[in-house]
Amino acid sequence: MSDFSDFLKITFAAVFTGNIALTYFLGMCPFIAMSKSPATAFGMGAAVVFVMTVTCCINWIIYWQILVPTGTEHLQLLCFIASIAVIVQILELFIDRVSPVLYAAMGIFLPLITVNCAILGASLFMVLRKYSFLNTLGYGFGSGMGWAIALLAMSGVRSRINTSKLPPGLEGPAITMITAGIMAMAFTGLAGVM
Amino acid sequence: MKKNKYWETFRFGLIDENPIFKMILGICSALAVTNSVINTLTMTLAVIFVTATSSALISLIRDWIPKKVRMVVYVTIIATFVMVVDLLLKAMFPDISKALGPYVGLIITNCIIMGRAEAFASNNKVILSIIDGAGVAIGYGIILIFISVIRELLGFGTLLGYLIIPVQVPRMMIMIMAPGAFFTLGIVVWIARYWMYHRVSVNVDEVGREK
Repeated sequence: MSDFSDFLKITFAAVFTGNIALTYFLGMCPFIAMSKSPATAFGMGAAVVFVMTVTCCINWIIYWQILVPTGTEHLQLLCFIASIAVIVQILELFIDRVSPVLYAAMGIFLPLITVNCAILGASLFMVLRKYSFLNTLGYGFGSGMGWAIALLAMSGVRSRINTSKLPPGLEGPAITMITAGIMAMAFTGLAGVM
Repeated sequence: MKKNKYWETFRFGLIDENPIFKMILGICSALAVTNSVINTLTMTLAVIFVTATSSALISLIRDWIPKKVRMVVYVTIIATFVMVVDLLLKAMFPDISKALGPYVGLIITNCIIMGRAEAFASNNKVILSIIDGAGVAIGYGIILIFISVIRELLGFGTLLGYLIIPVQVPRMMIMIMAPGAFFTLGIVVWIARYWMYHRVSVNVDEVGREK
């Protein structure tokens, strides 16, 4: 029972209070590049949720079942990045075969995800905080959701910003960053819910 | 003449191709580690080391890397150097290593390094590649240090741990939290872009700028 409440707590924290984009600043490059329109944001968000859940679980198995027993924890970076690259490649082939509709929606985003630091970051945090397998599942899914929600919200705000007049130099990344700051404040406020 | 070319490459990386202003790359760590100057300095040195060495190695073996698998090769090379830095920090400076947490490992996915490998090191000579990598990384580091000075001064009232602002002055806690990072970087980028936009529009007619 307490295991399950832990699971819920970690998932909730990953989505809101410890949002991986707005609190830990991970995956900021695609966050700024992909938030130009809600449609792209949705595809990218869905792909990240999917990949992050799967990679976190597989990296948990790699770390605790292979690297720790053999005493090669220092190879974690190399193993994680390699496993992420392989998983993304396999997922791409798999989705292409199983569901062409899904592939059309998020296929083009999958290759970009290999170098998305949020994916590697989630795996590293999961090891650092010594989560159990169940908690890792929740953490991976929650982090992906949190990132996707932040991205969607940002794309909504940006589609309004596009139609307004801004001072020179502020357009593009600068205003996006400041908007993200205001969003980060709102997400920090949710810490009280815990 | 020869010396000039090296200096041009360095200057070009430092200012004209500054990763933060021009391309908005590598901002994950720019935001995450800048809440204290000492962490930022460590991070900057690590990035400079990794960019220069991986650029050198990639440039050295550029003729043997098959085009199709080059990304995997680049990532492996970069990951190896990051691992060296990570282990070195853990052994020599355990406190800083703990404070930086996973962000040292995340240098692998810092798009600046990959970008330099792809754009410059893959078709230039070794020495030039080192200079280019170091130039871009130093340009990146200077902005990081600038941001961290602002954040540490306003958030803790200290610089490198020394007290600067008297304790009676209230601290801006928001500066060391996540939103402060976004605001500071946003404003720095704004000022830099405004300045570049002005400087450029006086000298040359740049294509692709709005208005």
